[in-house]
Amino acid sequence: MATKTLGGKTIEVNEEGYLIASTDWDRDVASDLAKEEDIELSDTHYAVLDFLRNKATAGDTITIRSVGKSGIIDIKQFYQLFPGGPLKKASKIAGISKPSSCV
Amino acid sequence: MSTKDAPLKKVCIICAKGSIEDVYASLVMCNGAVMEGIEAKLFFTFFGLDAITKKQMKKLHTATVGNPAMRMPGGLPFPSLLGMLPGVEAGVSAMMRSQMEKLDIPTVDEFLEMITAGGGEIYACKLAMDMFKLTKEDLHEEVSAVLTIGEFYEKSGGEGTQIIFT
Repeated sequence: MATKTLGGKTIEVNEEGYLIASTDWDRDVASDLAKEEDIELSDTHYAVLDFLRNKATAGDTITIRSVGKSGIIDIKQFYQLFPGGPLKKASKIAGISKPSSCV
Repeated sequence: MSTKDAPLKKVCIICAKGSIEDVYASLVMCNGAVMEGIEAKLFFTFFGLDAITKKQMKKLHTATVGNPAMRMPGGLPFPSLLGMLPGVEAGVSAMMRSQMEKLDIPTVDEFLEMITAGGGEIYACKLAMDMFKLTKEDLHEEVSAVLTIGEFYEKSGGEGTQIIFT
């Protein structure tokens, strides 16, 4: 199992860089994960990350459509906030597992 | 796996059929590419044009006749004679759509918006448009242009590009 220093802590990640335990996550961890993707996190980013974490905790399937319906941002803004693969990148930065949906 | 050596950079998807399953296969593939950060272009031709024609896009059907994979709920074979009865195809199609809604699969127009929101592009085929006597005004506003086959190939250039005919 690989480990990484994120937010000043040593954290276990899988081979693709997703956190093994989503409980290891905090805002500093997110900020470091975001830097790897060249993203500077804003309050809107954090609102989306919280939304995704809540969905994941509730056991819901995470889709790009649900983010668009979250009331936080629309799908276009989602692509702008997390360019080049928003659902995967946002999930990684949110410390949850890789999205398993096809939409 | 050679995915790391030569990642897919662009997909050009052609949809030539207008049944629910054919249209959705194209939409899911195109949107999936956009979600992965792959440049994606979706080209509708012949009966596939129904998917981007404002009048038709909300009432796509799945064929209940001549479809050997069609089954009753529960798995029994679906008799072709039953599929011929008025209203059966509409009922089956409505059921398909409601199943998809449950899986959070968007409607056709919403899917088109999702694709363009992520930078994907939607095109219509000029020849088929002329054949069906359609104009750009008949098409959904997310369709960016009507192309000839030559223009389609111009847009399909570049290393790491795949053309997919669904």
